[in-house]
Amino acid sequence: MKPSRPRPIGLIGATLALLRKDLLIEWRTRARLNAIVFFAMATLLMFSFALGPDTRLLEKNAGGYFWLAVLFASVLSLGESFRVESENNCMDGVRLAPADPRAIYLSKALGNTLLLVALGTLLLPVMVALYGVRVATGFVDLGTVLLLGSLALSAPGTVYAAISSNARARDVLLPLLLFPLVIPALLSAAKATTLVLQGDPMNQLGSWLGLLLGFNLIYWGVGFMLFPRIIED
Amino acid sequence: MNKLIKWGLPVVGLVVLGIGWYLGLAWAPPDREMGDVQRIMYVHVPLQWMAMLAMFLNFVMAVTHLLKSKPGWKLDSMAESAAEVGLVLGTLGMVTGAIWGRPTWGVYWSWDPRLTSEAIMLVTYTGYLVLRRFVEDPDKRATWSAVVAILGAINLPIVWFSVRWWRSLHQVQSSPKTVDPQMVLPLRVSAIGLLLLTIAWLFHRYRIALAERRAEVALPEALPGSGAPSVHDTPKVA
Repeated sequence: MKPSRPRPIGLIGATLALLRKDLLIEWRTRARLNAIVFFAMATLLMFSFALGPDTRLLEKNAGGYFWLAVLFASVLSLGESFRVESENNCMDGVRLAPADPRAIYLSKALGNTLLLVALGTLLLPVMVALYGVRVATGFVDLGTVLLLGSLALSAPGTVYAAISSNARARDVLLPLLLFPLVIPALLSAAKATTLVLQGDPMNQLGSWLGLLLGFNLIYWGVGFMLFPRIIED
Repeated sequence: MNKLIKWGLPVVGLVVLGIGWYLGLAWAPPDREMGDVQRIMYVHVPLQWMAMLAMFLNFVMAVTHLLKSKPGWKLDSMAESAAEVGLVLGTLGMVTGAIWGRPTWGVYWSWDPRLTSEAIMLVTYTGYLVLRRFVEDPDKRATWSAVVAILGAINLPIVWFSVRWWRSLHQVQSSPKTVDPQMVLPLRVSAIGLLLLTIAWLFHRYRIALAERRAEVALPEALPGSGAPSVHDTPKVA
C-alpha cells in the first residue's frame, strides 16, 4: 500500500476541523454549556432578587440584564476554551499541524460564538417566565441581535482568553481586559435587545445593529491578524 | 545629551509650565460666563493632550514591536513607560475635569460620551499594566501586551472625536479662532511646559523599564516577584 501523502489543508478546512474537534469534546462532556447556562440563569434570578419583585422594572431593563448575564457567562466559557490546549501542552501539537495558525483563532472564536448563541436561546424562555418579557418585533430581529452580540463578545474574548490562559491570575485578568473593551458592544446589544422586546417605533434598531456590525468587523479583523503572534513560542 | 534630558528638560519644563500657569491663573481674563472656574482649563486641557499623546506613543511602540522581526527591549520598555505616564496624566485630567464639572454642570460625573469613553480608556490601560505584572516571561509579555495595546488603542479615536460625534454635555474642542488670544497664549505655554515635563518623565521611566528588562533577561532571579525559584527555595534533600 502506498503511503498517502498529506493533503494541504486550507484555512477554512483547518478551521472546520478544529471547530469540529472542539464541538465534539464539548458535546461529549457538555460541561461548559451546562455550567454557563445555570450560571446565567442564576444571574438573571439574582437581578430580580437584588431589585425586588417589580416585574415592570425587570421587563423594562430585560435587555441589559440579559446581556450582562451573557457577558458574565462568556467570561467563564472563554476562560475554559483554551483549557484543553493548555493541559498536556496540546497547543504545541495543534501548532505543529501544517495549517494556518489563524485557523485556531477562527475555530475557537466561532466555537465560543456558537456556545453563546445556544446560551442566549436557552435564556429567553427563562426571561419570559421571570421578567414577563414579550418579543415585539419578531424572532428574526432577536436572532440577529443575539448572533451579532455573541460574535462581538467572542472576537476580542478569544484573543484575551489565549493570553490569560497562560498568565498568572488568569481568572482576574480576563474580565479586567475584556470588560472595558466590550462596553460598546454590550451597550449596543442591550439597546438593540430592548428595542426588539419592547417595539421599535422610531426605527432605531438598524443603527444599533450597524454599530455591532462595525465592532465585529474591527475586532474580528484585528484578532485574526494578531492571533498568530500570541501563540507563537 | 543624556544629562541634558535628565536634568535640563524637567527644569526648563517646570519653568515654562510655571510661566504658563501664571499667565493662565493671573494674567488671562476670567471667562465671561464661568468666571475664574474656567481657569482650570490651563491645567486640565494640557493634561488630557499629553495623556492622549502618551497613549498614542504606546500604540506606535506596540505596532512597531509586532512588525519588527527581531524586536529588542527598547520598544517594549518605551511602550510600558508611555502607558504608565499616560495613565497618570489621564487620571489627573479626569480629576481636574470633575473638579471643574461640579460648579459648572452641578455634578462631578455625568455619563456623557466623552467622560465615559475616557473612563473606558483608563480602565483599558490599567488592564494593560496589570497584564504586564502577571506575565513572567519577558518575551511573551512584550508580545502579548503589544497585542492588548493595539486592541485597546481602537478606543483612542473614539475618545478624541466623541465630543464631535455626539455633541453632548462636554464642549467641543476649541480652536484658536474661537478663543480669545489672551487665553490661547497661556494654554499654549502651559501645554509646551507640560510636553517638556512629559518627555523628561517618559525618558526617566523608560530608563528604569529598560534596566529592569535587562536585569530580568540576564538574571531572572535578581528581581523580586519574578517567579523564578531562588536558591533559598530549593528543597533540601533529606
